[in-house]
Amino acid sequence: MTASIEDAYQDGNALAGPLREIFAVDMTAAEGRCASCGLTGPLASLRVYGPEPGWVARCPGCEEVLLRLVRGPQAAWLDLRGIVNLRISLPAEAEAAGA
Amino acid sequence: MSAQRTAWRDARLVAARAETGAARTLVFKIPGWPGHLAGQHVDVRLTAEDGYSTQRSYSIASATDGDLVELTVQNVPDGEVSPYLVEVLEVGDEVEIRGPVGGWFVWRPSSERPVLLVGGGSGIVPLMAMIRARRQAAGRTPFRLVYSVREPGQRFYAGELRRHDPADAGLDVAYLYTRAVPDGWPRPAGRLTVADLNTHGWPADFEPDCYVCGPTGFVETAADILIALGHDPRRIRTERFGPTGG
Repeated sequence: MTASIEDAYQDGNALAGPLREIFAVDMTAAEGRCASCGLTGPLASLRVYGPEPGWVARCPGCEEVLLRLVRGPQAAWLDLRGIVNLRISLPAEAEAAGA
Repeated sequence: MSAQRTAWRDARLVAARAETGAARTLVFKIPGWPGHLAGQHVDVRLTAEDGYSTQRSYSIASATDGDLVELTVQNVPDGEVSPYLVEVLEVGDEVEIRGPVGGWFVWRPSSERPVLLVGGGSGIVPLMAMIRARRQAAGRTPFRLVYSVREPGQRFYAGELRRHDPADAGLDVAYLYTRAVPDGWPRPAGRLTVADLNTHGWPADFEPDCYVCGPTGFVETAADILIALGHDPRRIRTERFGPTGG
């Protein structure tokens, strides 16, 4: 498979595992607002480059960097510079305990 | 839950089968597996003898079945992980898996909306998990699958989709071929068009949930077409895989 330029990124779904290591709930469905252009959408919709040397997630609207994540052996570095706020759904406990 | 969800677990390969010349379904036994939703994925980690390790994210292909989890992996030449999983890993071997993860690109059998699945190449994998979860739940929500592949030999799960399992009543399957078509096939080979999704999808008035998965270019085209056909962008969920799916 030849990777074209437009295929050079994945999307925020790929961050589900790395972010779940840090947060108590799934973050890919969280709605974030871009600090640069104001576009709002789930983290799953971001353009994601990585995993090495680290993850970089850009806004699908204006391409500004919204999030960077580097995982070292003893720590993770999480940079959320481009996100004004996040709306994180917190399901009822019964649902959270399921899949 | 969180610690359990992100712990790396030993996963033993208990069965494998070829889907195409370059794709293989792997059945892993993962003790303590908590179950999963259709569309979720796992991270697979390989560690070399010298300690170097690398990981990739793969969609789960199967419905929940105890501690068994199926992945279908497309061999990406020059990839770091997929050639090992497709060509080298043998029954009895172990890898490390964590998950399930992902809460965006998922379908729940409790949903009553019609569903449109649009898959390109190995993007069929999480969509097949949704079809299998619907079958397992004896769901009656109408499903339509539009599945684009290069040529007939590239289809995954062809036998299972052809079998017309009674539990799959209400599932319509349309194949689109981009390079070569079977003899007598009415649609010439070509990429996904507005007409394809207009014919084989649901009218926007039905307010279906749309799931689109495939290579980036395919996903962007399909999502643009669905929006042009009047579908609410909030009901279009997408998952792209890049070149490093390898």
